[in-house]
Amino acid sequence: MIRVIDLYKNFAGHQVLKGVNLDIETGKITTIIGGSGSGKTVLLKHLNALLLPERGQILVDGADITRLGDRALNQIRQKFGVLFQGAALLDFMTIFDNVAFPLREKTELGEADIRDKVSERLRQVGLESMGYKYPAEVSGGMKKRAGLARALVMDPEIVLFDEPTTGLDPLLGKSIHQLIARMHATFGFTGVMVSHDIPEVFKFSDRVAMLADGVIQAVAPTKEFVVSENPAVRQFLRGELEGPIEVM
Amino acid sequence: MLFIVRQIGAVTTAHLFGMGRGFLFLLSAFAWVFRPPAKLRLIVKHIKEIGVDSLSVVVLSGAFTGMVLGLQGYYSLRKFNAESWLGSAVALALLRELGPVLSAFMVTGRTGSAMAAELGTMRVTEQIDALYSMAINPVKYLVSPRIIAGLIAMPLLTSIFNVVGIYGAFLIGVELLGVSSGSYFAGMEGSVVFQDVYSGLLKSVSFGLIITWVCCYKGFNAPPMATGVSQATTESVVLSFVLILVWDYFLTSIML
Ligand SMILES: Nc1ncnc2c1ncn2[C@@H]1O[C@H](COP(=O)(O)OP(=O)(O)OP(=O)(O)O)[C@@H](O)[C@H]1O
Ligand SMILES: [Mg+2]
Repeated sequence: MIRVIDLYKNFAGHQVLKGVNLDIETGKITTIIGGSGSGKTVLLKHLNALLLPERGQILVDGADITRLGDRALNQIRQKFGVLFQGAALLDFMTIFDNVAFPLREKTELGEADIRDKVSERLRQVGLESMGYKYPAEVSGGMKKRAGLARALVMDPEIVLFDEPTTGLDPLLGKSIHQLIARMHATFGFTGVMVSHDIPEVFKFSDRVAMLADGVIQAVAPTKEFVVSENPAVRQFLRGELEGPIEVM
Repeated sequence: MLFIVRQIGAVTTAHLFGMGRGFLFLLSAFAWVFRPPAKLRLIVKHIKEIGVDSLSVVVLSGAFTGMVLGLQGYYSLRKFNAESWLGSAVALALLRELGPVLSAFMVTGRTGSAMAAELGTMRVTEQIDALYSMAINPVKYLVSPRIIAGLIAMPLLTSIFNVVGIYGAFLIGVELLGVSSGSYFAGMEGSVVFQDVYSGLLKSVSFGLIITWVCCYKGFNAPPMATGVSQATTESVVLSFVLILVWDYFLTSIML
């Protein structure tokens, strides 16, 4: 279980998060929606302390990760797999080596076991024949899928997905969603997803939260969320320009 | 009035903080070198990269620097009827001063800027965040090996620069302008002492540190926006050049 308690974050005076409270349930997929620039990525990066807040707490299994030393923090971070918004593959190594990287650096596995495991993950994301290519040589969708393979290769307890389908065509988007849903069914990880892919993403989200104006406006199980009476949620889901959320 | 004072104060503290952060960065890079597991493979890889990238410009600029020294030295020395000292004049100038400084400039332009751009891109495209998220320290993984590689590769490149430069001056002075080859080398042998070689190499080691440190620091901390990489690259090259010259003066005044 991850608890976000009263989180504040600003960048050079620009207050992005203004008291975020959110509980993320173990074993479920929680999706965070919200406008561009509302701070979804910033919030996600706080969950494994890639960013530190100026106020507030993040409890991962009871430990406040905003106050941990390097060693303890690294132990917590190894529970996480992260799919970054731009995939963030290391550009000086091949797709295969990228997926193998956490195994080589963080486990004692032999090269043969690593090869098996990486091949399996690459097959699951449909990239088994692309392992020898460098990230710069493949399409955006392939990068996302490779990033997904890397995020899942250590069998993490918690996976953070930052816009797994943005920038992909609808079919590929759907296939990535299916992939995540299938992986979730297989491994039962706790998923936190940021997505603009509405309503597609609701199909396999257990809970949905909406971030706007620096706070969580509403959070509920998906079925309740889509019929929410919250004015901000209604405005966002219907795509109306008039309402409590200010559109530029 | 108060406003101006406050502005000056703010700029000064910002610079002091920046310098402090730079030093901490260097210290942590060194601290990580000594923590297992060692990254020998990466150090070798970066030495190779620095060497391969910079070798051609170092050789080329070494050759032309030597040739110019041959011309200018001959012209000046002839006024005193001292052409036979050409060899020692060229060797001392190259070994003590021009070799380390000019080869450091070449390496900054070729490899240092590339390092800043590489690390800056990694910052902007979240690759550095990705390393943190995999519980891998990016300073240990990306920065420490580059700094160690710079310490090792820089004196090697400087030595190559010196050798090529001395041969370039030989080509012009002896083959073209007719200084006797015996006096060219005999004068060199007679006047160059071990301290000249050693002080030049010491300089080049410290320049290697300055280049990799500045370029890695600027790249690593590139502002996360579209112009961040180019900004980091430009700043790192300018700052390296300035620091090399300033540090060169201090070292020279100490060791002379
Ligand atoms: N490292 C940073 N330095 C300065 N400002 C930042 C930084 N990271 C994010 N911001 C700012 O914080 C705000 C929120 O950014 P964030 O990336 O979280 O938006 P987002 O909700 O993920 O948007 P999108 O849907 O476009 O990805 C933006 O105004 C952005 O400029
Ligand atoms: Mg984002």
